[in-house]
Amino acid sequence: MAKKLLLEYDHVPGISTLDVYRRHGGYASLNKALKDLTPAQVLEEVKTSGLRGRGGAGFPTGMKWGFLARPEGVPRYLVCNADESEPGTFKDRYLMERIPHLLIEGMVLSSYALGANTSYIYIRGEYYYVARILERAIAEAYEAGLLGKNIFNSGFDHDCYVHVGAGAYICGEETALLESLEGKRGNPRIKPPFPAVAGLYGCPTVVNNVETIAAVVPIVRDGGAAYAGIGVGKSTGTKLISASGHINRPGVYEIELGVPVEEFIFSDLYCGGMRNGKKLKAVVAGGSSVPVLPADLILKTAAGEPRLMTYESLADGGFASGTMLGSGGFIVMDEDTSIVKNLWNFTRFYHHESCGQCSPCREGTGWMEKILHKILDGHGTLADVDLLWDIQSKIEGKTICPLGDAAAWPVASAIRHFRKEFEEYVTRPASIRDVKHYYRLHSMAEA
Amino acid sequence: MPDYPVTVPHMSERTEYQFSPETLETARRIIQRYPEGKQKSALIPLLHLAQAEFDGWLSPGAMDYVASLLGLQPIEAYEVASFYSMFNLKPVGTCVLEVCRTSSCWLMGAEDVVRHIEKKLGITAGQTTSDGMFTLKTVECLGSCGTAPMLQCGADFYENLTLEKVDSLIDKLKSDGRRKVYTRDEPITI
Ligand SMILES: Cc1cc2nc3c(=O)[nH]c(=O)nc-3n(C[C@H](O)[C@H](O)[C@H](O)COP(=O)(O)O)c2cc1C
Ligand code: SF4
Ligand code: FES
Repeated sequence: MAKKLLLEYDHVPGISTLDVYRRHGGYASLNKALKDLTPAQVLEEVKTSGLRGRGGAGFPTGMKWGFLARPEGVPRYLVCNADESEPGTFKDRYLMERIPHLLIEGMVLSSYALGANTSYIYIRGEYYYVARILERAIAEAYEAGLLGKNIFNSGFDHDCYVHVGAGAYICGEETALLESLEGKRGNPRIKPPFPAVAGLYGCPTVVNNVETIAAVVPIVRDGGAAYAGIGVGKSTGTKLISASGHINRPGVYEIELGVPVEEFIFSDLYCGGMRNGKKLKAVVAGGSSVPVLPADLILKTAAGEPRLMTYESLADGGFASGTMLGSGGFIVMDEDTSIVKNLWNFTRFYHHESCGQCSPCREGTGWMEKILHKILDGHGTLADVDLLWDIQSKIEGKTICPLGDAAAWPVASAIRHFRKEFEEYVTRPASIRDVKHYYRLHSMAEA
Repeated sequence: MPDYPVTVPHMSERTEYQFSPETLETARRIIQRYPEGKQKSALIPLLHLAQAEFDGWLSPGAMDYVASLLGLQPIEAYEVASFYSMFNLKPVGTCVLEVCRTSSCWLMGAEDVVRHIEKKLGITAGQTTSDGMFTLKTVECLGSCGTAPMLQCGADFYENLTLEKVDSLIDKLKSDGRRKVYTRDEPITI
């Protein structure tokens, strides 16, 4: 059985309460850090661990923390990104709902390393009931002296608050999140300055994903070197994968980075194989934003090596034949899935979620949605497929925030790997038209 | 013509906006979470409270009231409320059914769920039933993809939906007749 660092006790009854959490070793890491380690030593352990951001970009956490500006007399903030809106991703919700104290312990630990006396957990508004669970846990932690003044008699003070958003995918982008937390529309900021220098209220700020912050707890407990000993190469430790789609066992799995993709899909420890004995057609491995790969390329790299669940292996081959680990939102599609229709669904999503600041993203996502709608409706032409390609290439890399790229990559990869299917749609429209079809598209697009 | 039934009392605009003492206390506690001078941060949480307390939607009057509590210009509340999909800027039914229409839910049959509800309630997505009981919305991924298809009503998630489950949910909501809000009815505890 694979080693679990985050979800070891997720099925223990009452683990969401402070009492049970502490009986399973909870807050021992915090105790250890506040008693025996300086903030600099905690930061060192995180650097040694090789932990990389679990929110999508995979940036080394220790390095990010190292960039935090420390001017005298200016408060520093830690903000937890619990916006989790990337389609296909639901691991943070699971972690917060089951083991809220793991996140809270991680918040205090990380804040100690960063010298932050205040932290916020920005949680998407739709998770209101999860916000309640966190608030209950925070109240327990205050009661027990694990939050507030002079925690464990260390002289370290810390306040942690939950802040609910109100429905906007873009608020997962860290600068949009900070804008939203300041009570504004979620328009991403132009960088630089980076949040490490000017973040929340213009103060130095670290933004980290829920899972990243939770991972600091086992890192401090076992030491950074032990964490780095798990995984393959620069993909250290464990990762939560949200598995969904046409599989037998959808759900959240904590894997040691390095599990072969084939094992992840077909083993009964994880996805348990394809539903209804269907064949695997394609996988979106890291949340809706990453390139889709056909079955042969997700199981093996272009060079024929088995593909592993690591940042490097999934990216092997670049965008020509690879993808990304992203947020770990693993969406599996069977042989009956229409790639074109699925792409329309994604593109509609990005159009809906574009904040509208940059024209390539605002207009481009709308055009791509329209063209895909036209193709699905049986009125597409071969030139439309080329036009789609052209539009996506004019969005990528030309926008304020990476949502533009995230909208372009699914389109590029779908055309790259499934061009035949697009051609089928435009050359034999009668074969794909069905009467209810238009009606359905309309309802699914209703705001 | 508005696309909602104007004759239903909770769907017409109120004349008075005033939080109950308990909600006001909750609002005060929320405002204290942010540093001196940064009370604007409390805008979204307070708009949630207003939406829950004032019939499930944010009328201009409700937004003006929230802005006044925070010492903001009304426009600051309007521009924020109009950005976020959870805020309803026009009246909604007592229960808002929000069906996820994104990737995994779509792969697992969200279209059938939407179609079924549309037929059952005699409305299309975006509309409200003439008795003011249900509004049907389609929304983006709600972080429940492993238990797809799903819908949210108030704070509650209804997962692994089948058409039978949808039927019994709608029947139950109808017989309860209670407003479902994101914030649930209990006040926030800290
Ligand atoms: C459009 C967009 C949406 C994002 N959504 C999320 C999200 O929901 N959760 C998250 O942790 N990071 C999200 N990110 C990444 C964040 O900007 C940021 O990189 C991350 O929170 C940093 O934390 P980490 O280093 O711990 O991963 C998103 C980025 C973009 C561009
Ligand atoms: S890329 Fe899109 S979402 Fe990002 S800032 Fe520009 S318009 Fe907004
Ligand atoms: S796709 Fe429906 S909840 Fe994620």
